[in-house]
Amino acid sequence: MRLSVLKVVARQASSISTTLLGLLAVTFFMGRMLPNDPVLAIVGDLADQSTYDMVHHQLGLDKPLYVQFYLYIRSMLSGDFGNALFTGHRVADDLMKVFPATAELATFAIIIGVGIGVPLGVLAAVYRGSIIDHVARVVGLLGYSSPAFWLGLMGLILFYATLGWVGGPGRLDVAFMDSIETHTGFMTIDALWEGDMDVFWNALSHLVLPGAILGYGSMAYISRMTRSFMLEQMAQEYIVAARVKGLSRWAVIRRHAFRNILVQLVTVIALAYAFLLEGAVLTETVFAWPGFGHYLVAGLLAGDMNAVLACVLIVGIIFIGLNLFTDVLYRLLDPRTR
Amino acid sequence: MSAQNTSLRGWLTADVTTSPWQARIQRTYFGWRRLSSNHLTMFGLAVLLFLVIIALLAPQIAPQGYDEQSLPERLAAPSAAHWFGTDDLGRDVLARMVYGTRVTLMIACLVAVIAAPLGLLIGTASGYFGGWVDTVLMRINDVFLSFPGLILALGFVAALGPGIRNAVIAIALTAWPPIARLARAETLTLRNADYIAAVRIQGASALRIILRHVMPMCLPSVVVRITLNMAGIIITAAGLGFLGLGAQPPMPEWGSMLSSGRAHLSGAWWISAVPGIAIVLTSLAFNLLGDGLRDVLDPRSDS
Repeated sequence: MRLSVLKVVARQASSISTTLLGLLAVTFFMGRMLPNDPVLAIVGDLADQSTYDMVHHQLGLDKPLYVQFYLYIRSMLSGDFGNALFTGHRVADDLMKVFPATAELATFAIIIGVGIGVPLGVLAAVYRGSIIDHVARVVGLLGYSSPAFWLGLMGLILFYATLGWVGGPGRLDVAFMDSIETHTGFMTIDALWEGDMDVFWNALSHLVLPGAILGYGSMAYISRMTRSFMLEQMAQEYIVAARVKGLSRWAVIRRHAFRNILVQLVTVIALAYAFLLEGAVLTETVFAWPGFGHYLVAGLLAGDMNAVLACVLIVGIIFIGLNLFTDVLYRLLDPRTR
Repeated sequence: MSAQNTSLRGWLTADVTTSPWQARIQRTYFGWRRLSSNHLTMFGLAVLLFLVIIALLAPQIAPQGYDEQSLPERLAAPSAAHWFGTDDLGRDVLARMVYGTRVTLMIACLVAVIAAPLGLLIGTASGYFGGWVDTVLMRINDVFLSFPGLILALGFVAALGPGIRNAVIAIALTAWPPIARLARAETLTLRNADYIAAVRIQGASALRIILRHVMPMCLPSVVVRITLNMAGIIITAAGLGFLGLGAQPPMPEWGSMLSSGRAHLSGAWWISAVPGIAIVLTSLAFNLLGDGLRDVLDPRSDS
């Protein structure tokens, strides 16, 4: 068994390295497509020809394209994404700072997505055609059709401005800012670490709304997939056999049908988690959440290609990583794929 | 009149057809009957037809031009004079919504017109030729699939610069890979079919086989997929507009209208609420229509 896993990993590794190379090529050419001259951006249009040539040389733009690409790959793989002009820091440092905020948001969102989506999907499949199936369908369809940034704005109007149930934009009220030390970067966990319950509740009240809205999209996806996996299993003959044997309906669902969809479900959840990164871009913009998406948009609006391309590349790498992870998991957990 | 009706129905449902044309019309008719028996699908279709009519007749329907400002009336609440209120420059929100329908539908159509043929061509070529053509094309496909659509579109817009034309290009570049993958899968099941072998023996070129004999067979599932993807395309386009990277002012795009209401959320909620509802309704309509079409055109796939 271990051997087959190794073989899979080896085959995956070769296919992944080509995909990674392609990924780098895409971001490299995105950087070259720029309509504005990167040299002019540095020296200004009053510089004389010799200054221009010097910067042109320093940026490596006089080298052949394949050498530039090679140098680009080398610096990217060593984690050197250059400097972000709009923050004045190294992009890599910036990313380290903003990622925990997104991770906290995404983790909260996936808990909602799985916690509601999976039971809803199972119930919709078990009671197919009933009112709960229709409710699940409508909730799912609305989740697919609603832009998260609009839901966020409406949520802010209703729950923050009108009802005052949740905290507003940002991760903390201004009064609490910088009041706790950073350990994990997860504001709620850091607050618990320090034992500061005021900060904890404040951080949680800021997290609930963006987390729930981000989680709604993955809930729609997860419940729909759970429903279709369950229906597929419940049409199998072994389910009938287990029922004939005398097991109760829910025992069959829990012990046989549900256990059989677990592997597929993990794949779906991993994918949903990856897609949260996409949803985070707009949700974080609406909620002024200082995470990865917020950073990407700020870089975009400032026209800072170093920051933007690093973000695009990182998301691509996370996607490839999650795909590899689910593939390996599939083979490890599901004996049928061996 | 009624006699003519029965004979028409008789002609449409005859067990034995007398011409290929009649057979084709019959198939369409039966497909339509199945499609129209699903109320939700019909609702989606009705909403989309409604939007198309609004877009076509925008100048006749809109109460005023989309760019007519009236500063004394700025941020006015919905009333008989302004059904959806006015925005921060005193422009009628209803008028801007009506013209915005044109922008949204235009983006959706352009993306479909670019991405569907591109995906079809790459997918069918990949599946038909196999070998290294397949490997190379599918590797490229994998690269594009390894980005979430919005992030890739953001990267392209960053490189190309903001604007509605570049937004369409960026979204189209992210929309073709799933279609190519689908078309390839369909082609793989077809390439060894007897009828393909027959055409090949008759001396048809690879291009002719792909265009005339493989592509038509892939069309139904591609149409279903693109209809379902349309919902995501509209949301992505609205997202780009929301970030200020899509349509530029004063063009009335729903996403950027929504964004312009952010500064007046507590006082003038309608500026953001109305475009949002329109976006939800439009993408819901595409989702419902796509689901219905899938049941009719592509009975193999489930869920």
